[in-house]
Amino acid sequence: MSTKHTKKTRDTKTRRRVLISCGFVAVTGAVLLAQQPVTFDRILRADREPHNWLTYSGGVFSQRYSALTQITPANVRNLELAWVFQTRGPAEPTEKFEATPLVVDGVMYTVMAPNHVVALDAATGRMFWMYSPRLSTLARVCCGRVNRGLAILGETLFMGTIDGHLIAIDAKNGRPVWDATISKPELGYSFTMAPLVVKDKVIMGPAGGEYGIRGFIAAFDAKSGKEIWRFNTVPGPGEPGHETWPAGSDAWQRGGGSIWVTGSYDPDLNLMYWGVGNPGPDWNADPRPGDNLYTDSVVAIDPDTGKLKWHYQFTPHDEFDYDATQIPVLTDLEWRGRTRKVMLWANRNGFWYVLDRTNGEFLQGKPFVRVNWAEGIDGKGVPKRVLNATPEGTLVYPNNQGATNWYSPSYSPRTGLFYVPSWMDTSSTYTKGPAEYKPGNQYVGRFPTMPVAPLRTGPGAVNQRLPEEAWGAIQAFDPKSGELKWQFKMSDVTDSGVLSTASDLVFAGGREGYFFALHARTGELLWKSSVGGQVSAAPMSYAVAGKQYVAIAAGSALFVYGLRQ
Amino acid sequence: MRTAIICGAIVLLSSAASAQEHGYTAADIESGGRLYQSSCAGCHGTTGDLVAGIDLARGQFRRGTSDAEIAAIIRAGIPGTTMPPSAFSETQAATIVAYLRNMATARRGATATPVPPRGDEGRGRTLFTGKGECASCHRVNGVGPRVAPDLTEIGAARSAADLQQKLLDPNANVRAGNRYVRIATKDGGTISGRLLNQDTFSIQLIDTNERLVSVPKSSVREHTIMRTSPMPSYRDKLGAEEVADLVSYLVSLKGVRP
Repeated sequence: MSTKHTKKTRDTKTRRRVLISCGFVAVTGAVLLAQQPVTFDRILRADREPHNWLTYSGGVFSQRYSALTQITPANVRNLELAWVFQTRGPAEPTEKFEATPLVVDGVMYTVMAPNHVVALDAATGRMFWMYSPRLSTLARVCCGRVNRGLAILGETLFMGTIDGHLIAIDAKNGRPVWDATISKPELGYSFTMAPLVVKDKVIMGPAGGEYGIRGFIAAFDAKSGKEIWRFNTVPGPGEPGHETWPAGSDAWQRGGGSIWVTGSYDPDLNLMYWGVGNPGPDWNADPRPGDNLYTDSVVAIDPDTGKLKWHYQFTPHDEFDYDATQIPVLTDLEWRGRTRKVMLWANRNGFWYVLDRTNGEFLQGKPFVRVNWAEGIDGKGVPKRVLNATPEGTLVYPNNQGATNWYSPSYSPRTGLFYVPSWMDTSSTYTKGPAEYKPGNQYVGRFPTMPVAPLRTGPGAVNQRLPEEAWGAIQAFDPKSGELKWQFKMSDVTDSGVLSTASDLVFAGGREGYFFALHARTGELLWKSSVGGQVSAAPMSYAVAGKQYVAIAAGSALFVYGLRQ
Repeated sequence: MRTAIICGAIVLLSSAASAQEHGYTAADIESGGRLYQSSCAGCHGTTGDLVAGIDLARGQFRRGTSDAEIAAIIRAGIPGTTMPPSAFSETQAATIVAYLRNMATARRGATATPVPPRGDEGRGRTLFTGKGECASCHRVNGVGPRVAPDLTEIGAARSAADLQQKLLDPNANVRAGNRYVRIATKDGGTISGRLLNQDTFSIQLIDTNERLVSVPKSSVREHTIMRTSPMPSYRDKLGAEEVADLVSYLVSLKGVRP
C-alpha cells in the first residue's frame, strides 16, 4: 500500500479520504479503528500497511525499515514530543526498558520490565489496559529483568517471561488466554526476547547462557501453547554437531547457546534464521574443547519441523563471550553479477558478514571496529584467531560486551546501506579462572575487566573515560563493496537499535540519553532530543489517522514524536 | 448521612465479632486500617484488590497462612517482587493483619452475604453456557465475548460470597473496572461499551463491537458512566441450588497460570 500523508485540514472530504486510505473510519475526532485480526499473511506483507508495526523488527526480513515518508530530512527539525508513557508499579522502573512496541490499527502494545504488558492509544498514549502476570521469585537473569517485546497473531499477543513461561494474552482485554510452563527458572532459563510468529506457531528460545543452560529454539501452537518441536542449540548424543563437544564429558549439558533476540523468516525458502549465544562457561573454554556448535552461530531452521537446514559459526570455540545475539537482516542483493538472497550480520566478535541465506555460504567478512583477537577471516569463513584467554590475562579488542550486541541494526532498500550500532575501540582483559557448575549459579569463569561498564550501572558519573578508551558510533556500510560510507560518532557507547525510513532518515540513540535523526545517505545530524536516560531499545515508526510517529524507549519511559501541526 | 452511620455501626459490630475469633480488638482493626490506607493502599488499593490477581480481602494469602507469617511478610517484603520491606513494628504489622482479616466484612458492609452453600461445579459449568446464558456476554479462557468482564481468573480474585451477591444483586457493588459508559458525539453518533480509562481530555473504552476506542472529549456532546450493572439478577431466574452450582463453577476459575 502506498501511504500518503497530508497535513490536518478542515476539508472533510480530504480528511475522510486520508483516513480511509489508512484503513480508518472517522467519527468526528474519535477515530473508530477497523481492528482486524492480524493474520500471518498480514505479518508477511507488513510492507503493505506501514502505518502498523506487526512484528519485533517491523517485518519478517528484520530490516527495521519503515516505508512511511511524512517525516523527511527537510522537516525532521519540526519533530516534537507527542506523548510520553512512564513505566509504573508493579513494573520495575529501575530496570532497562528494552521493548520495541507493536502497533496494530491505532493500538500500541508494549512491555514494561520485567513482564507487564500495556495497550495504549497509539495517538495519545492513554492506556486501555495493563496485564501483570504473577512471576516466580526463582527467576535468575544475568543481564536485567527485562523484556524486548511481544508477538501478535489473530487477536492474541505472546510474551515470554523471565520465569520460563510463554503467555498468550487477549489483545482486546489484556487477559491471559493460556500460560505455558516451558523451562525451570531456578536453573537460569528465562525468556527475554520477543517471540516470532511463523504460520500458526510461536517460536522462541531461552536466555541463560551465563547459568549453564542447554539452549534451544522451540515452536508452540499459537492456539494452545503446546510444544510442537524443539531444536537443541547444543546437540546431544546422536545429534549432528555433538562431535564438536568433548567426548566422554557432559559439558554439552550446560553448554549455553542462549537465544536473546528474535529470528527472521524467508517465506520463499521457508527458512527461519536465529542467532545463538555463547558457550558456557563464558571465559574458560577448558571444560569444552572443540568448536562447540551451535554456539556463536546462525542456524537456518525449517519452521514446520524444527530441522536444521544449515549453520554458520562466526566464532568457533569462543572464550570471549562473542555470542551471535544479533538480529539476522535479510535482503536480496546484486552480488558480483547475479542476484543473491543474502543475510547481513554485524557480529559481537567485531566482524560484519554477508552470507548466502539459501545455504550459509560465506561471501564476505570485514572488521567494523578495532579487532585484535583474529587477523581477519579466511576464504572459508573461519576467523584466523591469534589470541586466547590466559591465566595471566590477555588484552582483547573488542571488549566483552562486543563490537555490537543485541541492538537492532537496520537495512534500507532505498540507500542499500546497512546501519550498525557500534562500540568503538573497546577492550577487555580476559583472565582464565575456575568455573564450577552449581545448578542455578552463574557458570562463567572469571569476569573480564574493561574500561566501560557492560550495562547501565547505578548512581554516579557515567563517562569520565579517555577518548581512546571507548566510544560509540552509528556506522553505515555498503554490503556490495564492503565500504564504510559514514560514521556518526558519540562520546559514549550505544545500546540503541537503529530505524531507517523510506524518506532517507535514520533514527537511533545512545547511552548518553539522546535520541536523534541522521541523514541516511550522509550521516549528518538533522535533529536530536534529550531523553534524560539511556536508550536501551530500538526505534520504530507508525501512523494513526494519517500522522506519522517515531517511538523510542529510554530510561524508564517511552517517548513518541510527531511533526508539529 | 444516616445510612452511612448505620452502615458504619454494622461494620464495627461485624468487625468485633470477627475480631473475637482472631483475638483482635476493634481498636486494633481501626488502627491497622489507618496504617493500611496510608501505607499499603497506594499499591493494593483501598479495597485490597488493585494489584491484578491479588485480593487481600479474600482472607487467603498465597505466601502465608498464620497471622505471624503475614505480619512477617508485611515487615520484610517479598524479595524479587515489588512488595517492599517496611519499617512497621511487630505490633503495627499485627494490627494491619487484623485489618486484613476483617477487610471483606468491612467491604461488604450492610449488604454482607453469608457464605453460600457449596454447589456442583460441573452443573454450574452447564448453567454458565446454558440456562444462565452467562457465556453470551462473558469470556472464559479465551472463549466468548469481551464486552462483559473476562471471568478466566474470577475464582482467584473473588470470594464465593462476593460472587453469589453479584448473581443475586448485580447492582449492589459495581466495581470500577466493570462500569459501562455511553457517549453521544457532537456529530450525532453514539459509542458505548465498558469503561477502561478516562482523563480530563479523553475516554478509553472497549465498545460493543470489541474495538479499543479512545475518544477525545472535544468530540463528545455528553457521556454517562452507568452506575448500575447491565447484568440481570438471577434471583428469580435460578433456584438457590442452581446459584450455588454456578458460584462453585465461578470459584473454580483460577486463571491459566499452572
